[in-house]
Amino acid sequence: MHDKDEKMQSAYGRIHGLGSAKDGTGHWWAQRVSAVALLGLGTWFVYAVLIFTAMEPVAARDWLAQPLNSILLALFTLTALYHGQLGLQVVIEDYVHTHARKYAALVLVQFVTYGAMAAVVYAIAKISLGV
Amino acid sequence: MALAPKTHKRPLSPHLQIYRPQITSVLSISHRLTGIALYFGLLLLAAWLLTLAAYPPCFAWMQGLLKTLLGQVVLFGWAFCFFYHLLNGVRHLAWDAGAGFALPDVYRTGWAVVGGSVFLTILAYGTAAGWWVNFI
Ligand code: HEM
Repeated sequence: MHDKDEKMQSAYGRIHGLGSAKDGTGHWWAQRVSAVALLGLGTWFVYAVLIFTAMEPVAARDWLAQPLNSILLALFTLTALYHGQLGLQVVIEDYVHTHARKYAALVLVQFVTYGAMAAVVYAIAKISLGV
Repeated sequence: MALAPKTHKRPLSPHLQIYRPQITSVLSISHRLTGIALYFGLLLLAAWLLTLAAYPPCFAWMQGLLKTLLGQVVLFGWAFCFFYHLLNGVRHLAWDAGAGFALPDVYRTGWAVVGGSVFLTILAYGTAAGWWVNFI
C-alpha cells in the first residue's frame, strides 16, 4: 500500500467519484433550492398571467415592460427552465439505460434549455428596453 | 449501442402492471408527469414571449391558436399541472425535511393536494376567462 509511487492521497481521495452515480448531492440540493424559489416566483407568475389576460394587448406589453415585472418574469422563466432541466435529467437517467442514447438525450435537454433561456432573455430585454 | 450491457429477457421487478393503483403511487408518478408537461409548456411560453417581443404577426397567430378549443385545453391542463406540481412540491419539501411520513398524513396531504389543485385551477382559469364577472 505505501510504496513510493503512491501519491499523497487518502483512501477516500482515491475512490471519490468512481461510483456509478459520480455525484448527486449538488444536483439534489439545486433541485430543492430552485423549487423553493419557484414557490414564490410561481405565485407571482399566476398573478402576472391574471393581470395580463385582463388587459388589452398593448397595455399588457407595457405592464410587462416595467422594471420589476421584467425582472420577475426573467427570474421565473429562467429558474423554472433550470429546475425543469434538472428534473428531466433525473427522468432520463431513470429510464434511458443505453449509454449513447442517455447522453444524447441529456445533451439535447441542455441545448433546448439554453436555447429557451436565450430566447426568453432576448424577448424580455426587447420588450423592456424597447430596442 | 455497442456499450449496452447484455440484457436478458427476464421479467423485471417490480411488476407495475399487477399492482392495484393507489393514491400514493398515482400521486408520485403524477409529480413526474406534471413536471415533464410543465417543461414543455415553458418552451411554449418562451416561443410566445419571443413572438410578443419580435414577431407581431406570429403573435397574433399564436393568440388565435390559444383561443381554439385545443388551445384552451392546453392552457387549462398546464394550469392544473402547475398547481398540482406546486402543491405536491411542498409535500416533497416537507418530506425532505423529515415531516409527514406517517401513513395517515401521507393520505391526508395527498387528498389535500388533489382537492387544492382542482380548486386553484378552476379559480385561476375561471378568473382569466371572466366566469365570475357577474357575481362581483
Ligand atoms: C413551472 C415550473 C416547473 C417545472 C418545469 C418543473 C419540472 C420538474 C421536473 C421535470 C421534475 C422531475 C420529476 C422527477 O424527478 O420525477 C421536478 C421535480 C420536483 N419539483 Fe418541479 N417543476 C416546476 C415547478 C415546481 C414548483 C413551483 C415546485 C414547488 C415546490 C416544484 C418542486 C419540485 C420538487 C420538490 C421536485 C423533486 C421531486 C422528487 O424528489 O422526485 N417544482 N420538477
